[in-house]
Amino acid sequence: MTDLTKLTIAEARSKLKSREFSALELTEAYLGAIDAANGVINAYVTVTHDKARDMAKASDARLASGQAGALEGIPLGIKDLFATEGVHTQACSHVLDGFKPRYESTVTSNLWADGAVMLGKLNMDEFAMGSSNETSYYGPVVNPWRANGSNAKLVPGGSSGGSAAAVSAFLCAGATATDTGGSIRQPAAFTGTVGIKPTYGRVSRWGVAAFASSLDQAGPIARDVRDAAIMLRSMASVDAKDTTSVDIPVPDYEAVLGKSVKGMKIGIPKEYRLDGMPAEIEALWQKGIAWLRDAGAEIVEISLPHTKYALPAYYIVAPAEASSNLARYDGVRYGLRVPGKDIVEMYENTRAAGFGREVKRRIMIGTYVLSAGYYDAYYLQAQKVRTLIKRDFETVFADGVDLILTPATPSAAFGIADQDMNSDPVKMYLNDIFTVTVNMAGLPGLSVPAGLDSRGLPLGLQLIGRPFEEETLFQAAHVIEQAAGRFEPQKWW
Amino acid sequence: MSVDISTVKRVARLARIAVSDDDAERMTGELNTILGFVEQLNEVDVTGVEPMTSVTPMAMKKREDLVTDGDKADDIVANAPATEENFFLVPKVVE
Repeated sequence: MTDLTKLTIAEARSKLKSREFSALELTEAYLGAIDAANGVINAYVTVTHDKARDMAKASDARLASGQAGALEGIPLGIKDLFATEGVHTQACSHVLDGFKPRYESTVTSNLWADGAVMLGKLNMDEFAMGSSNETSYYGPVVNPWRANGSNAKLVPGGSSGGSAAAVSAFLCAGATATDTGGSIRQPAAFTGTVGIKPTYGRVSRWGVAAFASSLDQAGPIARDVRDAAIMLRSMASVDAKDTTSVDIPVPDYEAVLGKSVKGMKIGIPKEYRLDGMPAEIEALWQKGIAWLRDAGAEIVEISLPHTKYALPAYYIVAPAEASSNLARYDGVRYGLRVPGKDIVEMYENTRAAGFGREVKRRIMIGTYVLSAGYYDAYYLQAQKVRTLIKRDFETVFADGVDLILTPATPSAAFGIADQDMNSDPVKMYLNDIFTVTVNMAGLPGLSVPAGLDSRGLPLGLQLIGRPFEEETLFQAAHVIEQAAGRFEPQKWW
Repeated sequence: MSVDISTVKRVARLARIAVSDDDAERMTGELNTILGFVEQLNEVDVTGVEPMTSVTPMAMKKREDLVTDGDKADDIVANAPATEENFFLVPKVVE
C-alpha cells in the first residue's frame, strides 16, 4: 500500500468514502510516523494515541452508515493554544503545568463535529510569542527542511512552528494554528506549506488562550491550497460565545478553486521593497507577479505609506494586551504555584518561575506602556497609527484593488540558536515585517509556497485581501500553486 | 524615552514578576532596545486621527439577561493548585 500519510486531505477524504482504507488505518499510519519522528522533530508535546484510535473507530462507523462529516476520519494536529477537554493545554508554557481544561474550544468542537480525528497537541512558542518556536517550554521544533548539503538544524518559524513542521513532515494531514503578527504565515513560508490567517472575527477565539485579543485569529496550516480551504470551512463559524465573531455565513471555499483570476486587480505595494532585502526574495516576488499577470490579472503598483510603522505599533499594542491577558496566571486558579511568604510574593514567585524570558519581556513592555504617565505617549499613539495603517488598505481597496501580493517573509528559515537573532529581540521581531500589517488592519492574509532559494529552502508569497473575502485569496493562491508546483522536504529523520 | 534599573524593578513589581538584580539589569537593556525601536512612531502626524478601538466595525453583541450557565463548581476548581470544598486556597491575606 502507498504511504497513507502522503495523501492530502482531499485525497484521503475520497479514499475514505470509497472505503479504500479505514479511518483507523489512516490514523495508525500517522501515529506510527509520529512515534518514529517526534524524538527528532519535536513537533508534538502530547500524542493522544488512545483518543485518536477511538475517534477513528467512530469515524469508520459513521462512514459505514453514510453519515460522514466534511472531515470524517482526517487526522489533525492541534496547536497547544486550543483548549481540548481533558487533554494537555498549556500554550507550551511552564505556568500552565498540568492544565487539562474541562471544556473544548469552539474551533476544535467544530472540527470534531465534522468528523476529524485528534492526533495530539502541537509545539509552539510560549503563549504564541516568538518567530522561531524557540521560546517553547518544551524546546525548539526542528524544521523538516535542511539546506542542500547541510546537516544544520533550522527553525520552522513561529509561533505555530509545531503545526508547520508536523504538516510538512507528514505527521498530520493538517493542523490548527493561530496568528497574532504572522504566526501562521511565517512558519508556513519556512516549511513549504499553505497557511491562512482569516479576517478578524471569521474564526471564534473562544477557548483559545489569549495573547493579544484584538489581533489573535486562528486558521489552518495545510499541505496545499485545497486542504487549507477545506479546513477553514470547518474551523470558521458564527459563535455567540465570542463577541467579536462576525455574523456572516461561512462559504464553501473549495468551490472557488480553479476559477480564473482574469480581470482581477492585484496591488504591488512599493513600501514592501525593503533596503537590503535578499535578491532571491525580490526575484520570487517578480515570479509571482508574472504568474498572476499570465493568468489574466491586472498588476498595479500601490502605496501603503504607513507600512514601516506597523511593526513598532504592534510592539506596543500586542504587549499591552498580553500584559493584561496574562495577568490571570497567578498560581491561584490553575497551573503552577510557587510558594511565597505572603500572597503577593506567591504571585511574583509563580510568575517568575512560570514564564519564559520572551513572555516576561513582553509583559514588562506592556505593563510599562500602559502605566500612569506613559499611556498617551505609547499606547494611544500606537492605536492612532493603527487607524492610519488600516486606512492605507481601505484606500487601495476603494480604488478597486482586489488583492495585494507581497513576499511572506524577508528570508528563508534560519538556524536554531542563531546568534544574530537571539542577541537582539528586535531582529527576531523583523521576521514579521510583511505579515504584521495584516493583523493590525484585521484583514485576511495567506502564505503560499512559491519556490526554493539557492540553498534549497522554501520561500512563500503572501496574498492580502479585503475583509471576509477569503475566497479571493484561495482563488489566486491556487493559481500561484498551479504555476509554482508543490514542495516537500527530503526525508532525513 | 528610556528606562533605568529602578523603573524596571517598579514595572516588575506592577507586573507581579519577581526579578533578581541580574534579571533587572539584563531587562533594562532589552527594554531600552525595544523602546528605542518604537520611538519612530513619534514621527507620524496623528493630528485629528481617532485611536482604533475595534478593527472590524460592528455593534457589540448582546444577549438576554438570563442565567444560561453555572453549577460547575467542580469544573472551575478542578485545575487549581490548592482547593478545599470548592474554594480556592491562597496564603493568608488579612491578619
